[in-house]
Amino acid sequence: MKPVCDDFLHALREPAVMAGFDAETWDRVVRQARAAGLLGRLGALASGFSEQLPAAVWRHLEAALTLAEQQRRAVHYELRHLGQSLENTEGPVVLLKGAAYAAADLPPAAGRIFTDIDLLVPRAQLGETESALMLDGWITSPHDAYDLRYYREWMHELPPMQHIRRQTWLDVHHNILPETARRKTRPALFLAASIPLPGFPRFSIPEPADQVLHSATHLFHEGEWQHGLRDLVDLDALLRAYGGDAAFWPHLLARAETLNLGRPLYYALRYARRLLRTPMPEYLEASCPERPGRLAAALLDTLFLPAFASAHAECRTPLSGPAALALYVRSHWLRMPAHLLVPHLLRKAFKTDEP
Amino acid sequence: MAVNLGDLSPAELRRHLARGLDLRTGPFRFLIRSHSPEVARGLATLYPDFPLRDGGFRDFHIQVDKVSGPRRWYRPQCNFRLDHHAPFKPLPANHAFPLLEWGMNWCIASHAQHYLMLHAAVLERNGRAVILPGDPGAGKSTLTAALILSGWRLLSDELTLIDRNDGLIVPLARPVSLKNQSIEIIRAAFPEAVIGDIALDTHKGTVAHLKPPRASVRRMDEKARAAHIVFPRWRADAAVKLSRHSKADAFIHAATHGFNYSLLGRLGFELNAALIDTCECWDFEYSRLDEALAAFESLAS
Repeated sequence: MKPVCDDFLHALREPAVMAGFDAETWDRVVRQARAAGLLGRLGALASGFSEQLPAAVWRHLEAALTLAEQQRRAVHYELRHLGQSLENTEGPVVLLKGAAYAAADLPPAAGRIFTDIDLLVPRAQLGETESALMLDGWITSPHDAYDLRYYREWMHELPPMQHIRRQTWLDVHHNILPETARRKTRPALFLAASIPLPGFPRFSIPEPADQVLHSATHLFHEGEWQHGLRDLVDLDALLRAYGGDAAFWPHLLARAETLNLGRPLYYALRYARRLLRTPMPEYLEASCPERPGRLAAALLDTLFLPAFASAHAECRTPLSGPAALALYVRSHWLRMPAHLLVPHLLRKAFKTDEP
Repeated sequence: MAVNLGDLSPAELRRHLARGLDLRTGPFRFLIRSHSPEVARGLATLYPDFPLRDGGFRDFHIQVDKVSGPRRWYRPQCNFRLDHHAPFKPLPANHAFPLLEWGMNWCIASHAQHYLMLHAAVLERNGRAVILPGDPGAGKSTLTAALILSGWRLLSDELTLIDRNDGLIVPLARPVSLKNQSIEIIRAAFPEAVIGDIALDTHKGTVAHLKPPRASVRRMDEKARAAHIVFPRWRADAAVKLSRHSKADAFIHAATHGFNYSLLGRLGFELNAALIDTCECWDFEYSRLDEALAAFESLAS
């Protein structure tokens, strides 16, 4: 990571240092935080000592916090409607990531912004869920036949849906990894362990270890790294909150093994510790159920470390472009076997944006 | 010693713009980069009284420059960027200055959530601010231009910013955007008015900007208390008429025409309610500028 980005990461690790930032430092940090979608997060971290920040800087952090607070209200409102739409469907409806953090007021929620609501339902309930949503005004955004097949046969989610009046975006998942992915997990166990959410009768959230595992899996299987650092900050917040209980860590390792998500957990722990100094027991990384070899780990460092810094142009290095491309290809490689992947990427490369 | 933009020679201004011109307008500092001669000329004409700064924290790092590739030479286009992010489609290169103005408005309207932001002009005289919400075509910018050329202080022609801590209005004092016929109307009525280049065929029609009075720029750190909300309406041959406007309707109008009323939630409601409580609300119909100016005198006294 380039030295110009150190102050931003330092602020995320040790919020108190923000009180000592000079105006030149803030001039960089505010822009880097905005590009990474973390301005509201900095605001939440600094809210206890806002009077020690320059007034012109605090205005931006306060503005970002205001936006995050509006999104929190909007999610609560939307979940009341969604809960009614799904009242008569069967099985658990599990909120994932941003919506779960906001609805349950989990540690990553403070100052966080997000763009859609992610739900997980049992595969057997997928048709019923989609019908109930369509009856209440949720429509699938226009896709061509190829895109529809991509989602419905190969992916782990329905094509994104949008409510015709409220404009909210919704992703309905039936697995936390694509159907075609090399790695297989066990969504039924993930659903079975979910915890009912007080105040939202139709919804549950993943149990704490599963929150970490899902966030890690999402981050390290995605090809888009614009929000990579924000997702790592989520993981850091979850690990700091749950890690105070010594029993959490062995449970997390055991759960990763059960769900076959040891590798993404290893990456999450490695990069949270490297970039954000997340406190965790010394033995943990070495005890991960699925560690890469030394050479593979070194190679992945050269890809992941620049990618986490890639949101702002000033933090990019000459390696950022190739690293981003390599991660994009990697995400697809993990997502589908070669006989599906090669035609898919060719198609995406030559496809035009015609309606 | 503080330097104003007008103190720079044309060559110095170009050098500043190449590495970043550090300009302050009200509470915001913009670091403006541009190689466009239209941008340099527009700034020199319309912003001479604005103070420059050097280094420290800038609210927005922006750039207006030609797009690269073949369109740099063939029917050249320009782009607006906020810190490497381009929120708009490119425009013809000779619209660079209006693009800068719209871009600056966009920066404020989409980021300054620490204010309640209404889509309205706002002026002040004798310590009494008048807010002009005006829908498009209501003659809001013509009226605003005429008032500031007749001794009223300009706070803003588009963005009324209300401070969340004290409910006062925060000035920007930036140039007034004139459209279509209003450019000629203002030129005819106020021959001394300084108006920048005319941009033809923009998405808003013909556009030009009016230089804000020096006194308004000098007082851009002075907040103002709102006294009136006036909904102007220009109608051919109408006699000037000021009549009461329902406060309930004014509240709804401010709420629905604001940039961030619902985003602010409860705070938006409270700020808006306090604003409407302290203001008298009026419908204002006019056809002649001189009669309109006389009627506004009565609001300021």
